[in-house]
Amino acid sequence: MATAAVETGERETYLNREYGIKSWLLTVDHKRIALLYLMSITLFFFIGGFFALLIRLELLTPAGDLVQADTYNKLFTMHGQVMVFFFLIPAVPAVLGNFLIPIMIGAKDLAFPRINLLSWYLYIIGGVLMLYTILNGGVDTGWTFYTPLSTEFLNTHVITAGLAIFVAGFSSILTGLNFVVTTHRMRAPGMTWSRLPLFVWAHYATSIIQLLGTPVLAITLVLVVCERLFHLGIFNPTLGGDPLLFQHLFWFYSHPAVYIMILPGMGIVSEIVCCFSRKRIFGYQAMALAVLGIAVVGFLVWAHHMFVAGISLYAAMIFSLLSYFVAVPSAIKVFNWTSTMYKGSITYQTPMLYAFGFIGLFTMGGLTGLFLASLGVDVHVTDTYFVVAHFHYIMVGGMVMAYLGGMHFWWPKISGKMYPEGWGRLAALLVFVGFNLTFFPQFILGYLGMPRRYWDYSHSPEFQILNVLSTAGATVLAVGYLLPMIYFLWSMRYGKPAPANPWNAAGLEWMIPSPPPTFNFDLEPVVTWEAYNYDQIKEEVPVAQ
Amino acid sequence: MSEHISSLKLYIGIWIALLAGTLLTVIAAGIDLGPFNAVVALTIATIKATLVVLFFMHVKYAHEKFTKVVIVSALFWLAILLALSMADYTTRLWT
Amino acid sequence: MPNSPVAMANHEAHDNPALLHHFATEQQQKDAASLGMWVFLATEIMFFGGMFCAYLVYRYWYFGDFGAGSQSLSVILGGTNTAVLICSSLTVALAVRAAQLGQQKVIVTCLILTMILGCVFLGIKGVEYHDKFVEHHVPGASFHFPGHIPAHPDVPINQQHAQIFFSLYFIMTGLHALHMIVGVGLFAYITYYALHKRYGPHYYTPVEIAGLYWHFVDIIWIYLFPLLYLIDRHK
Repeated sequence: MATAAVETGERETYLNREYGIKSWLLTVDHKRIALLYLMSITLFFFIGGFFALLIRLELLTPAGDLVQADTYNKLFTMHGQVMVFFFLIPAVPAVLGNFLIPIMIGAKDLAFPRINLLSWYLYIIGGVLMLYTILNGGVDTGWTFYTPLSTEFLNTHVITAGLAIFVAGFSSILTGLNFVVTTHRMRAPGMTWSRLPLFVWAHYATSIIQLLGTPVLAITLVLVVCERLFHLGIFNPTLGGDPLLFQHLFWFYSHPAVYIMILPGMGIVSEIVCCFSRKRIFGYQAMALAVLGIAVVGFLVWAHHMFVAGISLYAAMIFSLLSYFVAVPSAIKVFNWTSTMYKGSITYQTPMLYAFGFIGLFTMGGLTGLFLASLGVDVHVTDTYFVVAHFHYIMVGGMVMAYLGGMHFWWPKISGKMYPEGWGRLAALLVFVGFNLTFFPQFILGYLGMPRRYWDYSHSPEFQILNVLSTAGATVLAVGYLLPMIYFLWSMRYGKPAPANPWNAAGLEWMIPSPPPTFNFDLEPVVTWEAYNYDQIKEEVPVAQ
Repeated sequence: MSEHISSLKLYIGIWIALLAGTLLTVIAAGIDLGPFNAVVALTIATIKATLVVLFFMHVKYAHEKFTKVVIVSALFWLAILLALSMADYTTRLWT
Repeated sequence: MPNSPVAMANHEAHDNPALLHHFATEQQQKDAASLGMWVFLATEIMFFGGMFCAYLVYRYWYFGDFGAGSQSLSVILGGTNTAVLICSSLTVALAVRAAQLGQQKVIVTCLILTMILGCVFLGIKGVEYHDKFVEHHVPGASFHFPGHIPAHPDVPINQQHAQIFFSLYFIMTGLHALHMIVGVGLFAYITYYALHKRYGPHYYTPVEIAGLYWHFVDIIWIYLFPLLYLIDRHK
């Protein structure tokens, strides 16, 4: 086959096999699709981040003086919807999962490459609908679309926003379907379930949630759209409906959704921690069972978002108890990462810095979740900035850090170039400092009583100092996020060429060239070793150049 | 490929059973069984669904065990949604 | 080992044009397709499941009005439709069997019968929807459902609660009908290839997995029928 690479004499990789926009838009190569996703989710990350900056600017002063109240409602709604559905949910699975899972299990591609491409197109269609919504005035329901506000009382673009998320949801479902079938059917000889990298286990658990939870969100959005279009009363109390039914159906997905967001990040952290401690993971089986446990128990706790909404006290007690249980497998993972590092040979490259950040910040965010799971405490801090800080610690301090750590760890493999390590460490530091400065004051604000989604807090001007700190932090955080964008792009042209295994890491992906050839493996691998066989890998991590 | 091929007789038999079940459901609906009307209707529906899954969808002869795990999991998850939601609705008026 | 795929470098298998490049054997490809369809059906169970949840809640709250609404539906039409779908499941199963046996004419006949039965179902559904429209049972401004709750002549039907019944009726059967239309379309596509003798004992995966989808849609109706049409019928 005369590929473009063969003509110029260079080694054939998935990047140079074919050139031209058609070869990218009609690709079925999982690696190219991963890069298509990378570009799209990065765009939405910056859109969502832009809304966040406007929110923080407004909150610099107690008075509502930057934007109008309705506009502020739109800002936090669009920030939430874009970040949740168009960044957090797809980011790690669609970029790193798509790229790495076939290689990690020794396969040539995912089970259904064309469905993989369809997933991306569905994401783009959803994204276009969301952009249309934003450009036409946005939505101001809150990312949670609570009824009957969203179905009856607002005249903003609820329907297009709902449709955007509906379509993006199917992208998520198909990705999950692909990963499950791939993991079951495409493993190379010798790659048994107990030899799989924890990154694959984490994505398998994530896929279970995507498959079983997202359809419920889909049908809920259908019901909201029908209710709005035809003036039905399914969720409208004045027409005999129950607004809490919407919340039950919505949160049945949206709580497990947060585990869709975090589990892939946990998979990344396991890979990074093992490599930069030069040790096998402590408690492999427990780690694999823990991700499955989080996926399953995560479906049993949704009404902890509804404690003060009007559910029965007895149901609240059941959900509170179950919410405490779901913390257990997460805690097991934190203990096991720590135990992995104990007596390991630790080095502090950029990915490891992000992994450290993840472990600490995820723990804080997770523990504050237990505060919220306690019925008595929740009455006081629900719908305050305490909740906002809690979920940002997990989503941003956890998942975004894991995502950045993963991008740095596998960047050499994906692009064939090394990123500049010094800048990487600086950016990691800025992200960590900026993040804590942004969100730690919010725990205090929430505890002191500042409600969330308020555009004006002039009734409590004493909140201003903490809000100013938070906004200052957000600026630092923004710089921390921009730096990798810049130096990753820089590295594609000027970065040092990367060897196949720049970190001397374990795993099939490090045994093929950087960047990989189109079909990943020239000869199908036969796996005879356990995962994280760092005892057999004599080399240390190379010192940063 | 050694896929099991069911006999024509089996398919016709299941078809007749399904039609009979439908008739039975309609007849039973006309008899006053109190709260058990719903139970009977759903039981017959479940038997019919099971016949379709086992024989028309070939699950009985599937060499892959995981298919059954997928089906049971989906039903279990649906049960979680229904049961825990109803845990709220049935206890709301308790004092 | 039952868990890991048998992945030999099997050059004979790759002579089969139906075998895609990233699979090692035909069996692996078939198993992947089959698992993929079953996993998809699991997602569909949850998709319809959300509506069953809404149905369950409101049937629990408004049993009387639901009974009244149910009695206004035609058991004859609904029952006939149930029978029609059951027959179409038979024809689909026979189409798959014919493919396994290489009986090309039977495949096409059964597939065409399936599509006809599917269209019959949709036709009867259309008649039912028309009836509801004419009787003013469609939720909206012109909704009008006079009468009383079954077995309680003193309790009039609550119009709002009855509208919720009919909202759920239309959305649940409507979504089901949409899935049927997709199914008929799917079979049209497969029938085209069956006419070109594409399927046989060596390769009949599309027929089988389309069949799985169709049986699933049948099962949804098997539950919808008693839940919507047979509430409190003895009163």
